[in-house]
Amino acid sequence: MNWIEKILPKTKSSRRRNIPEGVWTQCKSCNATIYHQEMQKLLGVCPKCEHHNKVSARERLTFFLDEGIEAELGEELEPQDVLKFKDIKKYKDKISIAQKKTKEKDALVVMKGKVKGAPVVACAFEYGFMGGSMGAVVGARFIKAVEACLEENIPLVCFAASGGARMQEALMSLMQMAKTSAGLAKMREKGLPYISVMTHPTYGGVSASLAMLGDVNIAEPKALIGFAGPRVIEQTIRQTLPEGFQRSEFLLEHGAIDMIVDRREMRDTIARLIQKFMYHVSDEKSATA
Amino acid sequence: MSLNYLDFEKKIAEFDEKIDGLRRVNQGAGLDLSMEEEIANLREKSLEMTRSIFSELSASQVAQLARHPLRPHTTDYIKEIFTDFDELCGDRAFADDAAIIGGTARLNDQPVMIIGQQKGRDTAEKVRRNFGMPKPEGYRKALRLMEMAERFKMPILTFIDTAGAYPGLGAEERGQSEAIAKNLLVMSRLQVPIICTIIGEGGSGGALAIGVGDRVNMLQYSIYSVISPEGCASILWQSAEYAAAAAEAMGVTAERVKSLDLIDDIIEEPIGGAHRSPADAAKGIKQKIMDQLAVLQTMKPDELIEARYQKLMSYGYC
Repeated sequence: MNWIEKILPKTKSSRRRNIPEGVWTQCKSCNATIYHQEMQKLLGVCPKCEHHNKVSARERLTFFLDEGIEAELGEELEPQDVLKFKDIKKYKDKISIAQKKTKEKDALVVMKGKVKGAPVVACAFEYGFMGGSMGAVVGARFIKAVEACLEENIPLVCFAASGGARMQEALMSLMQMAKTSAGLAKMREKGLPYISVMTHPTYGGVSASLAMLGDVNIAEPKALIGFAGPRVIEQTIRQTLPEGFQRSEFLLEHGAIDMIVDRREMRDTIARLIQKFMYHVSDEKSATA
Repeated sequence: MSLNYLDFEKKIAEFDEKIDGLRRVNQGAGLDLSMEEEIANLREKSLEMTRSIFSELSASQVAQLARHPLRPHTTDYIKEIFTDFDELCGDRAFADDAAIIGGTARLNDQPVMIIGQQKGRDTAEKVRRNFGMPKPEGYRKALRLMEMAERFKMPILTFIDTAGAYPGLGAEERGQSEAIAKNLLVMSRLQVPIICTIIGEGGSGGALAIGVGDRVNMLQYSIYSVISPEGCASILWQSAEYAAAAAEAMGVTAERVKSLDLIDDIIEEPIGGAHRSPADAAKGIKQKIMDQLAVLQTMKPDELIEARYQKLMSYGYC
């Protein structure tokens, strides 16, 4: 079974065959209509305009990792409404809606596997789950990822896509910034590489913690990345923001990221990087020594 | 009504006005014992009224107190609590950010590093200090000073009072996110004791960026939140008018935050709030910091870092 078959929903076969939405998908940028399967093969990158359309966390990890994922970490963790938070809707209801929509329990998926043969833990934010917001489960799963890396001396890769901290978990979600960053500090002390990939969009508490702390910070082309959202900044400074503000290219120019990498090159690029970073502890080195 | 009183303090203001009036009359007419008695009576009633109003403040009323125009700022507490303060400036890369002040001082005899946000009192100072909203250079100055404190084995004491990190064009260009993230990472491993005290507003990542410590305290009428009540309301309620509801829902008060084990201690304020008696408020902070430091200074650096790490790992419900 190849990776596309693995991630395609198994139950939606005959009944939905005649419904166009399931077959065709539209590029969010140029509106080109493309076969859904074709688009998935292309990892969501539009063949007409090269726009990087959103992909789910699971799709991303399945493509990124070698076939035969070893384990999913922290999948047993579920969000709780500790504060009994209610705005216009109840947080509890928002959780169940997001879970039904995404088939995920929360907004971060963590998997242990290999990239081109190199063992790695990789995690990806599910933007469809409440805007990829970070609450206690996201923080705890990220720490599970870090702990697995520390235990087995392997690198960590994270694909971020998030609006920031999850307001419905209030201060508890803010503290996940400190928690995840403390985990990454341990990775640094142990000399284990952490590659952070920022995808569209990466903002707020996620940007201001785990996403910006990569040994190597990578962004996908034209992703919006920043601390404060453009609307908030415009309201504060009362002027229109320049063209391309907070895009990946802007961040590269200002020195916030190391490189912009096309999604189709991501796997090769990251594999190359971590092989070099891990050389000093690898079999490769002992073989040549 | 003077600036001294918030809308919910109206009844207290009325008592206090009466007391002032009587006192003026009495001074003019010479000492009248029955009037003195009346004044004492009224003062007792005013205190009682204050106690009763302050015993059931809503979250948004606490937020008003946390942002009170007369609320003591970091510099006020530095003057009251420490001696030998030498301010140290600049991030050595871009600028000095006046929204964060830092420097060495002595707590009794013990040399310490102080870092705190500073909002500014009059208009000119507010503008100069960007209303206490730091830019990346502010956080990088803080980081520089914290790493210096580690080299010279000085405990780090932070005072948090900010609406948040500044959301501006230059701040984004210079890496606001990275500056905050880096502080979180480094603070988690520093080898000296860190005590953080929220004295007014603890606004989001901008507060947390100097808020990772071995002990985190909140003044009784300070607030700490992931986003301002107004910001939360405008996103989740689609109108900033629901700020009071948002403050309540998020549980921004010291009491609520403590009940979730996200801070260690609440420092009691003088009746009516810290601005009614800054010296007394400072006394409370000083005592708490001294007590906590006495415990933390018995710990070896490894134990300190491990305990801090475990505390950070405990945040959340899983």
